Amino acid sequence: MLNQKSILETIEMIDKQHLDIRTITMGISLRDCAHPDWKACCTKIYDKICGKAEKLVATGEAIEREFGIPIVNKRISVTPMAMVAESCETEDFVPFAVTMDKAAKACGVNFIGGYSALVQKGFTSGDRRLIASIPQALAETDFVCSSVNVGSTRAGINMDAVALMGRIIKETAERTKDTQGLGCAKLVVFSNAVEDNPFMAGAFHGVGEPECAINVGVSGPGVVYHALQSVKGQPFDVVAETIKKTAFQVTRMGQLVGREAGERLGVPFGIVDLSLAPTPAIGDSVARILEEMGLEVCGTHGTTAALALLNDAVKKGGVMASGHVGGLSGAFIPVSEDEGMIAAAQEGTLTIDKLEAMTCVCSVGLDMIAVPGDTTAETISAIIADEAAIGMVNSKTTAVRIIPVPGAKVGDMMEMGGLLGSAPVMPVHAASSADFIARGGRIPAPLQSLKN
Amino acid sequence: MRAIVTVLGKDCIGIIGGVCTHLATYNVNILDISQTVLQGYFTMTMVVDVSDLSIDFDEMKRQMASYGQERGLDIRVQREDIFDAMHKI
Repeated sequence: MLNQKSILETIEMIDKQHLDIRTITMGISLRDCAHPDWKACCTKIYDKICGKAEKLVATGEAIEREFGIPIVNKRISVTPMAMVAESCETEDFVPFAVTMDKAAKACGVNFIGGYSALVQKGFTSGDRRLIASIPQALAETDFVCSSVNVGSTRAGINMDAVALMGRIIKETAERTKDTQGLGCAKLVVFSNAVEDNPFMAGAFHGVGEPECAINVGVSGPGVVYHALQSVKGQPFDVVAETIKKTAFQVTRMGQLVGREAGERLGVPFGIVDLSLAPTPAIGDSVARILEEMGLEVCGTHGTTAALALLNDAVKKGGVMASGHVGGLSGAFIPVSEDEGMIAAAQEGTLTIDKLEAMTCVCSVGLDMIAVPGDTTAETISAIIADEAAIGMVNSKTTAVRIIPVPGAKVGDMMEMGGLLGSAPVMPVHAASSADFIARGGRIPAPLQSLKN
Repeated sequence: MRAIVTVLGKDCIGIIGGVCTHLATYNVNILDISQTVLQGYFTMTMVVDVSDLSIDFDEMKRQMASYGQERGLDIRVQREDIFDAMHKI
């Protein structure tokens, strides 16, 4: 029998500690939408998305009401569009993004991911056309998210794609300069991208996925932070155990909601992404968890170790709570979306170099980082190359979501509002990486043995 | 289907009676009640059976919340599953 303490504990987690389901994301395969005529292809895409996701938002809202747990986002991910649109006899892929945007609006979701290409080993003609269209596609749409996978542990790093993405990010910032380069907040460059990620901007419905699936992303930095406050000064064994227990509870809720949503929509339940996803709200920060472990400011020495413990404990606690775990799973460190990260970056303790080190042990990578508007495309490419190398060598997903804010200098703030938050413009190294990026070609896949 | 009703607020006369009467009008069967008053603050949790609800679950939830508002109480109704998921293995 449930006791009153447990019931009230859950209610307090929801009311005061920002416990919520961050996203229910419906993955939809568009592999059957290919057609030589681009207009016919767009019609098929629109009809398929709307047919499958018609009831997604209403179902999510009904579950929210019945269980009394907020489900912050309802979203859609689709097959990487480069594959779907490849057989169309057109150079211009922007209409496909516009179609995705229209379908997202018709379904009432707040983001649709999958304007994507996977080019870790090389480009197909569809990949090239899609990547070339990204700046315009992101400028002309509101809800479309784009991602490009440039490297993997098995394929190595496609340095031509890395060079290209530096230029694409710069162009996207320029085309969306009216909103301080907001388009770049909807563009992720991956290494080892996963096929069932429910989180934006990097979500897409991978080729090995079923026709349709429901994937759930949980949240809960506030709950972990609160739990750690009760073990102040105790050894790390206790810290790890406390995080595991909390992660278990949070994930169980994600599993329940995902299964329920799947049943109601008649769609198989895919995975729970065991993530700690922060928001700009006070008390919902991953940085503050690290500080609670004993660091004065996130970003100082010891931060990487603290994050490694947190990331591992979240996974260990979550794995037992869910039937199927997937996605990115771990602690996110998006600077603009985390109140504690913003504060640490503003005071100068949290730097891009430290963040890069942290990405070796966190769930993804350099995320939502604003840099000066005059940062060169080659420097951005070099940042991408560094991240891709970390992912490739360590067999983990890494990513870069960086915003060269047009006209901005170090110390300025980029205001995005909502869950995207606000980003302090952070300094990058001035020394050039241009000749390094100009080489092109591929960095070979790393050895998987002799691991030291 | 079972649900959990929680009532939080300043203690006053007739809270339990009022909440139970309202639940009864919607054909909700009360299975268990646990309540405490700490420093004038009233906390009650009820396990209820909502299988034979006379109205829609959403509507009952809204009606209970608005009855609570009139009396300065925070009343919420949630399916039991969420608490089970978090607290039972």
